[in-house]
Amino acid sequence: MKRSRFVMSLLAGALAAAGTAHASVAYISNEKDDTLSVLDLNSWQVVETIEVGERPRGIALSKDGSKLYICASDSDTVQVMDLATRRIIANLPSGADPEQFALHPDNRKLYISNEDDALVTVVDTQTHEVLAQIEVGVEPEGMAVSPDGRWAVNTSETTNMLHWIDTQTHALVDNTLVDQRPRHVEFREDGQLLWASAEIGGTVSVVDVPSRQIIKKLTFEIKGIHPDKIQPVGVKLSRDGRYAFVALGPANHVAVVDANSYEVLDYLLVGRRVWHMAFTPDGRYLLTTNGVSGDVSVINVDDLKVERSIKVGRYPWGVVTTP
Amino acid sequence: MLRNRLLAAGIACLLPFSPAARSALNVDVAYVGQIIDRGPVLSNIIPEPDDAGRQGAQLAIADSNTTGRFLKHHYELHTIEGEDARQLVADSRALYDRGLRLFVLNTDAATLAALREALPDDSLLINAGSRADALRTDQCIDQLLHTIPSRAMLADALAQWLIYRRWNRWLLVRGNTADDQAFADAIRRAAKRFGGRIVAEKAWSFDTDLRRTAQKELPPFTAGAEYDVVVVADERGDFGEYLPYNTGLPRPVVGTQGLMPVGWHKMIEAWGAAQLHSRFEAQAQRWMNEKDYASWAGVRTLAEAVTRTGSNDPARLRDYILSDQFELAAFKGRKLNFRHWSGQLRQPIALVHPRALVSQSPQDGFLHPHTDLDTLGFDEPESGCRVVE
Repeated sequence: MKRSRFVMSLLAGALAAAGTAHASVAYISNEKDDTLSVLDLNSWQVVETIEVGERPRGIALSKDGSKLYICASDSDTVQVMDLATRRIIANLPSGADPEQFALHPDNRKLYISNEDDALVTVVDTQTHEVLAQIEVGVEPEGMAVSPDGRWAVNTSETTNMLHWIDTQTHALVDNTLVDQRPRHVEFREDGQLLWASAEIGGTVSVVDVPSRQIIKKLTFEIKGIHPDKIQPVGVKLSRDGRYAFVALGPANHVAVVDANSYEVLDYLLVGRRVWHMAFTPDGRYLLTTNGVSGDVSVINVDDLKVERSIKVGRYPWGVVTTP
Repeated sequence: MLRNRLLAAGIACLLPFSPAARSALNVDVAYVGQIIDRGPVLSNIIPEPDDAGRQGAQLAIADSNTTGRFLKHHYELHTIEGEDARQLVADSRALYDRGLRLFVLNTDAATLAALREALPDDSLLINAGSRADALRTDQCIDQLLHTIPSRAMLADALAQWLIYRRWNRWLLVRGNTADDQAFADAIRRAAKRFGGRIVAEKAWSFDTDLRRTAQKELPPFTAGAEYDVVVVADERGDFGEYLPYNTGLPRPVVGTQGLMPVGWHKMIEAWGAAQLHSRFEAQAQRWMNEKDYASWAGVRTLAEAVTRTGSNDPARLRDYILSDQFELAAFKGRKLNFRHWSGQLRQPIALVHPRALVSQSPQDGFLHPHTDLDTLGFDEPESGCRVVE
């Protein structure tokens, strides 16, 4: 009797786990629908569409994968979704017009760009307190925290800088001038290099983190596409250190870059206006959000082929995946 | 002697410091705004705000100071506004004598010429007010840059789209001011360039109050020839607002009213423009218009050059602005730079109706050996101006 109850509870636990994990899924924010699409990564089907706050853009997972943070830009808040129930359980005081953010390795400090106010707001995700607000350049956009937790780096689109924020003191300690309209920053896993895209400049700068100097500037060229339409936005580095993938916006291509030699190896045709990307948990696929065509392209990372595209909501913006 | 020393000291505090990136730098920019009385108009419901232009310059100064904080660059705007051109010129010269060298000018073409006369050659002038084609072709003003699009750029942007839609037959209706005539000239030139056909041309000189009688007067006025669109040239908005829905044939109205080619408009919201609008509206409590944008772009051009060179020396800034390195991110979806012949800022032109963006030119398929942006306006072989020799 006792034993069977124990088995039952085990079973229930397993069922609950299966129910909550929903296998492997991707969450995609749809900027003009005020929804998230939930994409099953085994069946490649959209299995659920969840209503969230207004103009959802940047999204990020908590370190344990149990919560999803959503920048609801026009609701002026960061929403917290419990992924077990897919319900919004809290709204964080994000400052006005939050666009992108990054979570510190401590799983508590969330660094949020407030696009309209030229501020970065730091919020404690447990106490929901605002820990600091840091003045940065005009139209702060991209955010990244270094793997060792020392730096939070913000890009400002009209000031054209990377702003280096010391996460201990929350002081802005240095700025790196890059090309026009920097959009996204991505640290290499060892924290030694930082990749920064410049949308209007058409370049990606690779920055040496210890010296905060640009050591390499990448340019892109696609036959038949006007150079001005090649506008780098999202950057993702493959976990094996081989590749950097750069989403080229209205050029509708993702550049594949050798992450060591910086040579551009290939350009992969995806949907229209490709912005952000995420790897599947097993690292085998890269998903891209294509705003104008309203879909997600799936790139096979092994053979660098675009395998499929899946319709989601209007203006898909951000994407994350969870096992 | 004493006076000389004073002058030297005055210059020292405003003029170039060493170009070292991190030494503190003050950048003083003059904004000269001419308030132009356009006379009484029939459609007077939404007048152009008197501070059109100045608000754009102010916003650009604020934007630049946010950036400048990190580089120890401080920007200050010195504003002169008024109706009297002679007074504007005298006041501008007084600013020059106080050491100012960077000028953003929102005036008509004649005042621009007078300002160039009055301000010595070591001052850098940006035209953010006059669309006159002559300034880009034969009445070249020495070392003048333009951030506001010329009439030819607007007309070409519209013409490309009309050709793309295969609406090739145009009825041209123009008002009777010199500006209307100039816009009509640009439309005729665009028709010739891109293959439009002006099937008839009519001048509107009636003085009836169209607010009451448009329905009776305009259909017969625009009847007669077969056409695909009515192209209206009425820059001050005297009668053109009444043309849509009152044409003899059921056809669209394009030009200065209806579907309009514009350098900037509230309906441009992509490429981050929504952010520029919200900053502007928070500051000015109104929508940002073309004049605001041109002045904003003028100040931002100077500031971008200051940021990249670490200098406020006008000659150095000018060289940088006209170099291949210069690029301006200006919420139009691609980087902008200046034409070496006319000093004109290359830029896409939006086609809007009052409540939506319809398209953006250059249209696909209009090719150019250098950049498709140069399919808009006067190209190098068509212009006698040479800002860069």
